[in-house]
Amino acid sequence: MNVHEYQARQLLLQAGAPVPKFEVIDSADGVKQAIKAIGGGKLVVKAQVHAGGRGKAGYVILSDNADEIEKNVKRMFAEPMVSYQTGPAGVKVQKVLLAPAVDIDKEYYVGMVIDRAKGCPVIMVSKEGGVEIEEVNARNPEAIIKEWIHPHLGVQPYQMRRLCDALGLTGDHAKQATKVIGALAKIFLEKDCSLAEINPMVLTKANGHPAEIQAIDAKFNFDDNATFRHPDVTAMFDAAEENPAEMRAKEHNLSYIALDGNIGCLVNGAGLAMATMDIIKLHGGSPANFLDVGGSVTKDGAVEAFKIILSDEKVKGVLVNIFGGIAKCDVIADALIHAAKEIGFKVPVVVRLEGTNVEKARAMLKEANLSALTAADDLTDAAKKVCAAV
Amino acid sequence: MSILVDKNTRVITHGLTGKAGAFHSAQCLEYGTKVVGGVVPGKGGQKSEHGLPVFDTVAAAINETGANCSLIFVPPPFAADSAMEAAAAGIKVIVLITEGVPTLDMVKATKFIKDCGAKLIGPNCPGVITPGEAKIGIMPGYIHKPVDGKGKAVGIISRSGTLTYEAVWQCTQRNISQTTCVGIGGDPVKGLNYIELLTMFEADPATDAIIMIGEIGGTDEENAAAFIKANVKKPVISFIAGRTAPPGKRMGHAGAIISGGQGTADSKIAALNAAGIHVAESPADIGAATARALGLA
Repeated sequence: MNVHEYQARQLLLQAGAPVPKFEVIDSADGVKQAIKAIGGGKLVVKAQVHAGGRGKAGYVILSDNADEIEKNVKRMFAEPMVSYQTGPAGVKVQKVLLAPAVDIDKEYYVGMVIDRAKGCPVIMVSKEGGVEIEEVNARNPEAIIKEWIHPHLGVQPYQMRRLCDALGLTGDHAKQATKVIGALAKIFLEKDCSLAEINPMVLTKANGHPAEIQAIDAKFNFDDNATFRHPDVTAMFDAAEENPAEMRAKEHNLSYIALDGNIGCLVNGAGLAMATMDIIKLHGGSPANFLDVGGSVTKDGAVEAFKIILSDEKVKGVLVNIFGGIAKCDVIADALIHAAKEIGFKVPVVVRLEGTNVEKARAMLKEANLSALTAADDLTDAAKKVCAAV
Repeated sequence: MSILVDKNTRVITHGLTGKAGAFHSAQCLEYGTKVVGGVVPGKGGQKSEHGLPVFDTVAAAINETGANCSLIFVPPPFAADSAMEAAAAGIKVIVLITEGVPTLDMVKATKFIKDCGAKLIGPNCPGVITPGEAKIGIMPGYIHKPVDGKGKAVGIISRSGTLTYEAVWQCTQRNISQTTCVGIGGDPVKGLNYIELLTMFEADPATDAIIMIGEIGGTDEENAAAFIKANVKKPVISFIAGRTAPPGKRMGHAGAIISGGQGTADSKIAALNAAGIHVAESPADIGAATARALGLA
């Protein structure tokens, strides 16, 4: 689960990190009040959407002119933001953040993720802040300094000293950076993050001299498996940022991800679902979605899955690939027959069934005699048939 | 021969009286697995629907039944604790089926379980099966072919459930037996990983070749490839799922995500190819690739 930048700033502030003053508005009416609350001066104005590419799209602006700020904020609320990450329809802006534009002496990167190979969290810092950490990692991996966190001991003071030392920070600056990194680690460990990032953490400049360490832009991703124990995190969830079909699938315990192709996929198991997409591509087709119906799928769940797949207008054919284990082939066959009756198949559906109760399922489908349905002998046959049909 | 579990393994089911625990324990019993009891806090002293004794604690279950393996179906908020209880009580093989366990719970639990000297399989996995001897998990038993001393046999390690069944079925159809199949699970932080299991299969005289099924996310397959090149003499066959998966999206499994340019299928396939591993292009060709690697086709 992702949260907005303003929510990330609120979390950091609560955890004791020095964060510059900021205001969040949900309509252009609040602009004047917000500018006044910050105290005027040069401001940075940022639309609050999860998608990247805000700067290029004109949804991050820097200005010291109140009229200009107001004009831009009105535009941000009125026109959906279109960027390389949003698709042509863009996303509607619900909130805008205003903050003082700080004078920057130096920029740093601070991040925390799970090191999967070591099985523990790792804090990463770099003097090369303000750019994507992946870019730094590709260009100059030595510029990223890491401290692995013991699973049972948590972050130790010596680790903070090492990180500050690696960033070349001493005295008050080291104390301030310790607060920032400490707040990040506290949020990560207490709220079950999968990623926490402050980029940049800055050393501000006042009257031409280095002044203080502050956290500027922050990003948190939360472990979906742990949100059940964090109602405060769940409360930050913004459904408007999610794909409606993916949300609908989630409500029915289906794991669905929309893709760009034209062959819908209905599969049991995440690995097999990915492999099904791959084999479609291998035979010249293009998958329209990832869909794992799960092991304990019911007839109703599977019918819903068909509805979701077929609601995508790009879909010109469907491949059903079931290896019945816990999920039973006859349940899927029953769902196919019901879906055909309820919604009708206007596109060809290729069905490959194997495993538990497969004979029963095949007999059911044969008796139902659905004209849109084509049975496949095996996985390769299924992929070839569906690719030929679209 | 087999690794991890065999016909003498004595299993207790954590969550035996729950829906999933009861159903799959019945399936395991039917396959011939020695399920000897269950652990359900608050229900100690009762009998399960299978007529098995239920205990409040793992320690009590071990005392009464001589159990040495735990099969866990406990809901996500309590699953890591349940696995740690098993390890603390002296269970040596712990199979954690539960999907949806918080990652930071597994960070704490995997370290603790390792320190106890136990082996954890999972979470978010189908479990482990030694065909013909013990099925400790949720996989369909009948697709497997037990070692019969006649043909060749493979060991299977996989991050995916149904994709493993696919590989098993393709092998069985080609008369290739399976020594042991281990689903290591689709989560980012887990118990046994490729390298530990490759080591066990390499040492197992009944295993002629090893199938390793991976997917996008993390760098486990890359690390395994380097290990295989240096340490594994038996043929290894692999398939990596997710070549067509978009970056930044979690593909069903919590661990199946390409992030920060890491964890792509192409990177894994390149590492495996460089280590001389047979990588099947298509998920339908795992059996055929295995037969070729074993000199059967």
